[in-house]
Amino acid sequence: MSAGRNFPIGDPILELKNISLRFGGVKAITNISFKVLKHEIRAIIGPNGAGKSSLLNCINGIYKPQEGTILFNGKVLDGISPNVVANNGVSRTFQNLALFKRMSVLDNIMVGRTLHTTSNFWSVGFGLPKAMKEDRENREKCMEIIKFLEIEHIKDSPVGKLAYGLQKKVEFGRALATEANILMLDEPMAGMNVEEKREMCRFILKVNDEVGTTIVLIEHDMGVVMDISDRVVVLDYGKVIGDGIPDEVRSSQAVIDAYLGTSHD
Amino acid sequence: MIDQLLFLLEVVVAGLLSGTMYSLVALGYVLIYKSSANFNFAQGAMVFFAVLSFVGLMELGLSFPVAFAATILLMMLLGLLTEKLVLRPLTNQSEETVLMATIGLGFFLEGLTQATWGVEVRKLDLGVKDVPITWIADNFKLLISALDLVAAAVALTMIAGITLIFNYTKVGLGLRAVADDPGAASSIGIPLKNIMFFVWSAAGVVALVAGMMWGARAGVQFALVDLALKALPVLIIGGFSSISGALIAGLVVGATEKLLEVFLGPMFGGGIEGWAPYVMAILFLLYRPEGLFGEKIIRRV
Repeated sequence: MSAGRNFPIGDPILELKNISLRFGGVKAITNISFKVLKHEIRAIIGPNGAGKSSLLNCINGIYKPQEGTILFNGKVLDGISPNVVANNGVSRTFQNLALFKRMSVLDNIMVGRTLHTTSNFWSVGFGLPKAMKEDRENREKCMEIIKFLEIEHIKDSPVGKLAYGLQKKVEFGRALATEANILMLDEPMAGMNVEEKREMCRFILKVNDEVGTTIVLIEHDMGVVMDISDRVVVLDYGKVIGDGIPDEVRSSQAVIDAYLGTSHD
Repeated sequence: MIDQLLFLLEVVVAGLLSGTMYSLVALGYVLIYKSSANFNFAQGAMVFFAVLSFVGLMELGLSFPVAFAATILLMMLLGLLTEKLVLRPLTNQSEETVLMATIGLGFFLEGLTQATWGVEVRKLDLGVKDVPITWIADNFKLLISALDLVAAAVALTMIAGITLIFNYTKVGLGLRAVADDPGAASSIGIPLKNIMFFVWSAAGVVALVAGMMWGARAGVQFALVDLALKALPVLIIGGFSSISGALIAGLVVGATEKLLEVFLGPMFGGGIEGWAPYVMAILFLLYRPEGLFGEKIIRRV
């Protein structure tokens, strides 16, 4: 995969060290450590309830792990919260769509840029023309994303009316609009048919290759994961049971056991 | 014949102009509805509170601009406190809960206003008289009130400004996103509390301006709270979430109620402009519940 890439894989951009997360007595994540390297496509896989989404929520600042540290570009972020993480160039999509159903596709993607621009909230009241100019520029950027995702024909439809696969695409578009360095995709292809999945893979690879965005991906479709990932980390019961390139992971006995079950004779 | 046509025109123009004042009040409701999908029962009380505070501050000796600026700051403070003390504790509660809270807020504001500034009716002089403009009367034989004209101009300017903010700025986009799905909005990092503060402050400023226009005509008094309810049929006809809907429905209601009063009123013994808008509202509720411009309700099964 790594031969002839526009953006060769580099140093760690995201590093998790000994992360543990508990909800009361339930251990969601136990002592997880792994690194995500710049410009790579990193998949997180594991059976249901393995702690994959919880892990993303920790990185995102939605959950606060009781133990361990998370480094972005080698630094610990102070007062980690979804806002702070977003401002440090991390964007994500959600397993259950978090879209604005009554707003158009274009507006939904524009919301992604709303966060990206950091000019003062109150400036709007005092400089309407300037705010409107900024809005126009954002609109053009979002149209580029819409063209890239080949959803021009539905740009004015309310998102709530669209088929599930298209909604997933819109959410991906909104994450792209933030121009994040790290894109975290939580099951971006759930509920899609083979054709749609193939298309989504193409977009993910293209973003990674042409923009150099680092991708962290949770996905259940093993074919997809093994095809597009550079490295895969496997979780089971909140622990890392495998970490490496797809071929290594595929042949690991622990991983096979977790997915197929072990016989206890 | 010409005289009759002129009279008809006069009635329509007077109706349209007073309609913009309905729109102005309705705008306050739309602002809150559009960004939190909730009806703000306290809006009438906010109108009363704002304009009486303004008049009260002028009575204390502040000049017009100083009192105006001070009242705007006061309304922003009210927005801030409402967000902190009422809305934030009720985050993620059902719409009914928040609705009840706004009713409570309304009662509180009505009481606070009267306790602070007293109950007598005040006069508000904006420097524009509620009398026909002689220049228009002389040249076009139309009697059009100067106050109506100024109020209409102010209302249209505010509506235009708020439309631009909502549709063509990122803050407006944030407001719409929050109204659509507060959960989704906060999960992608839109600062909910700033948005709520901004919206309630803006609704406060709109309430002040609406109160000044109505107060200049009808006196600054408790009845303003009920006058603000006239915005209800406007909202139902225009659609709760549409700014341009509020404007157009205001015009429609204003013109229709005046026409009905003049031409059908005598048959009912007069006074039908008091209830005609509500009949229109009921018809809309029966046949087009989302209003002229409201968002169609989308449901996927």
